[in-house]
Amino acid sequence: MLVAAKDLRIELRSRVLLWQVVPFGVMALMLTGLAMGPNSQNAANLAPGMFYLVLLFVVILTVSRAFAIESPVGTSQSTKMLGLDPAGVFLGKASAIFLQLLLVGSVLLLGAATLLHIAAGVVLHALPSVVLALGGLAITGTLYGALTSGISGTTTLLPVLALPAFAPLLIAGERAFTSVALHQSGLRWLLLLILVPVVYTAVGILLYGVVEE
Amino acid sequence: MKELARRSLGPAALLAFLGTMVLGLFVTPRDEVQGNLARLLYIHPAEAWIALYVGFGSATIASILYLWPRTRSAGMDVAAEASVEVSLIFILLTLLTGSLWGRPAWGVWWVWDARLTSTAVLGVLALGYLALRRATDDPQLRARRSAVMAILSAVNVPIVHFSVLWWKTLHQGATVFNPGLKLKVHGIMAETMLLSFVAFTLVFAWLVRERYRFGMTRVQRQDEVLAEAVANRQQEGIHS
Repeated sequence: MLVAAKDLRIELRSRVLLWQVVPFGVMALMLTGLAMGPNSQNAANLAPGMFYLVLLFVVILTVSRAFAIESPVGTSQSTKMLGLDPAGVFLGKASAIFLQLLLVGSVLLLGAATLLHIAAGVVLHALPSVVLALGGLAITGTLYGALTSGISGTTTLLPVLALPAFAPLLIAGERAFTSVALHQSGLRWLLLLILVPVVYTAVGILLYGVVEE
Repeated sequence: MKELARRSLGPAALLAFLGTMVLGLFVTPRDEVQGNLARLLYIHPAEAWIALYVGFGSATIASILYLWPRTRSAGMDVAAEASVEVSLIFILLTLLTGSLWGRPAWGVWWVWDARLTSTAVLGVLALGYLALRRATDDPQLRARRSAVMAILSAVNVPIVHFSVLWWKTLHQGATVFNPGLKLKVHGIMAETMLLSFVAFTLVFAWLVRERYRFGMTRVQRQDEVLAEAVANRQQEGIHS
């Protein structure tokens, strides 16, 4: 909680999320709409995939930011001197990223509904799967963010490492969303959206200390 | 004995590989439906076996042993790196031979099939592992983080394995490692395919061993350079 509160307080003061990440996400959504052309049916069919693709880039930015605030000299050392359990630090950072993603995700979901013509009922029914996907992305992103923090080329290395790892969540999230739109059962995709974060949380709790050592 | 085993690994790998080629190209019959295309059976599954299970399996074991304080050594880190490097080659070969089969069989070089896509994702993860290793000069930081990366990448291996069961795929089900472990080929074709598994395992072991020797030489050389620099500095201290 201490780590999550610290990260959220820094975010609240700097407002990078509000002034940089959210506008980037909205702009990316608009560009996907432009790339798909003016056919609204085409946009509605592809909307879940486009929404998740934009979300992945937003996750990369959010995770990058979450670890960039640790980069000033002495910041990470002072956190370590608090003697916090590494597993707790991992869960704290993941929680802070998750809360930020919830905020950006809500804006993007509204944007996708408006710009890519998704019905409001579909958005509401897809909400649980989106929240699960955001949780999974926050946990996975935290692990990969820690892996690439404090070394040269962090900004380019993070997407290279994290995007392939996000692939199962992207597939499951998009399929669950599309299942709602097509009135099909998306239960197995929801199970995958639960299973992947559980595995990464277990790995994170076990290995986060090693990464931060 | 150890020296004999070390020296005979390369020739044994070459012999088994040549045996597979001779049996696969000249002794086994043409397939009734697929003709000569079915001969890819003697290399493609064996490549996938190395890429997924042997390569990532050994990299994960070496990485866990590196992270375990009692077994931590530079050798484990070098072994994991060697395994991932060789695995990456086999992943690329798996995708290439799969494409060569896919073009005449499916009409396209690539399809967004779960097995193909998850294998390609594993290849990108292996590339990411190697990129991570090159991002820092600190040997301990590099070894620790790449060990974690190898373990994280291994999470993908069950997804690749079970993809043909979990999703409706164009890729056929497992020929050997299916739930009942029942071979779907028989006779000389099965024997040739099993020989290919032995041959590719020996080739993998030989390549990893050579890469390991090179890696350890580099570690020792770095240690020597460091020791020399420290000694020089101490000498300067004595004279000044």
